[in-house]
Amino acid sequence: MALLTIDGVWKRYRHHNVLRGVDLTVDPHEVVCLIGASGSGKSTLLRCVNLLETVDDGAIYLDDQEITDVRVNPDQIRQRIGIVFQAYNLFPHMTVLDNITLAPRKVHGVPRPQAEAQARDLLARFGLADKSGTYPDRLSGGQQQRVAIIRALATHPRLLLLDEVTSALDPTLVNEVLGIIRELKQSGMTMILATHEMSFARDIADTICFLDQGTLLEHGPPAQIFDAPQNPRTREFLYG
Amino acid sequence: MSADWVKSDRQLAREALLRARGRRSLSAATISTIVVVVVVVVLVAASPGWPRVQDTFFNWDALVTALPDVLRGFLLNVMIFMIAEPIVLVLGLGVALVRGLRAPVFFPLRVLAVLYTDIFRGIPVILLVYLVGFGIPALQLQGTPGDPVTLGIIALVLSYTSFVAEVFRSGINSIHPSQLAAARSLGLTHAQTMRHIVVPQAIRRVVPPLLNDFASLQKDSALVALLGPLEALRQAQIHVAKTFNYTPYVGAALLFVALTVPLARFTDHLAARAAQQRGGG
Repeated sequence: MALLTIDGVWKRYRHHNVLRGVDLTVDPHEVVCLIGASGSGKSTLLRCVNLLETVDDGAIYLDDQEITDVRVNPDQIRQRIGIVFQAYNLFPHMTVLDNITLAPRKVHGVPRPQAEAQARDLLARFGLADKSGTYPDRLSGGQQQRVAIIRALATHPRLLLLDEVTSALDPTLVNEVLGIIRELKQSGMTMILATHEMSFARDIADTICFLDQGTLLEHGPPAQIFDAPQNPRTREFLYG
Repeated sequence: MSADWVKSDRQLAREALLRARGRRSLSAATISTIVVVVVVVVLVAASPGWPRVQDTFFNWDALVTALPDVLRGFLLNVMIFMIAEPIVLVLGLGVALVRGLRAPVFFPLRVLAVLYTDIFRGIPVILLVYLVGFGIPALQLQGTPGDPVTLGIIALVLSYTSFVAEVFRSGINSIHPSQLAAARSLGLTHAQTMRHIVVPQAIRRVVPPLLNDFASLQKDSALVALLGPLEALRQAQIHVAKTFNYTPYVGAALLFVALTVPLARFTDHLAARAAQQRGGG
């Protein structure tokens, strides 16, 4: 059974179609990488899945429940889907620990000691044990992004969306973030990543999806897409 | 670009559902509004003191008699704040900029600006109106204005400039240092950076609190009545003193409110537009 099914999703802004009938299924424990030029619709697709955008046509199913149904409460769906943004979007007025424990405490009703213990475990696991009392401004970009990922993980989401999470980082910092994502894959987390890191995508993805002008032109295992792309647009994007 | 998109049945059904929900929300809002209004009207009209309240505060005849005078007086209020507001804006921005000067030679100016805001923000407006309005003529110096309206405007400007200067200053301080760094990196001087980068962004940010201060200034133009000019409050007072009916006061109050409400809606509109421009992220 698929964990996520995207069925013919359209999204338009004014007169511009950002997504034109995208279909995609994601199985449990699968890692899907969305690749494509800037403006091809990768981020918009992730934002539609997290219901930050309303779709203009089509439907999205999570665990066989239609989450694009207008009668569904988006807050309850978002509790099951984590998203990490390119610009981190940490809350600057809260410590690292408070950033991470906010949703578990306020949304899921976890008692503070328990939420904090869990947050400290996650911080230790990802090499940030000494940063719990620090404010985001005091962290490097890579550290901030790792905290953002931990914040998304703290609510035990069914699905994690990662929107170009390394685009704002320099190469040395990229690796510490990619390391976390690798570890998440090993632990069986289902993930959809929009990324420009081709070698990383090839390394980590079970499925690569190539988006072009709002259409999913080609998808398949990394070896197929990177070594033997069928679509001329894919070839042009990958080989220039 | 969009010619290839035909809405699916699923989408049509979804939009029908949304429209139905919209209709339900509208009728729920309508019904609850009607119920509340009816309840309030019935409760008020049924309360034992209502006829007396109505006669004292909402007397139609008293209103009609007083309104021409009150309205004429109100034009003076409008004139007072129309003159005061631009002056306050310019002086307030000036004081804020002076406080932002960092060069050592400007130290005395900076101290003056700080002293000015500290002192005039702390003095009650009514006290300032008395001080300026009666104090300056008492000096009997050559060239000092003796006209009470001018003196009133001076008092209002002195008080409100200190508030507006602080609003501008907080706006200027709220611009992220990276903007300053970017401007200075291009070789712009401090003055050019302020003029082209910081102040334009700061002004956009402080428009809502500025309009809030202006609403306050509009009301306080009534304090000029203390110096004698026949503005709206004074005219209403004269009518009340003649008849002991308080409707003229209510009339004057309504005139002030009528001016503040559009300003408030305009502020809301600006805030909504700014929120839209920022978007999600």
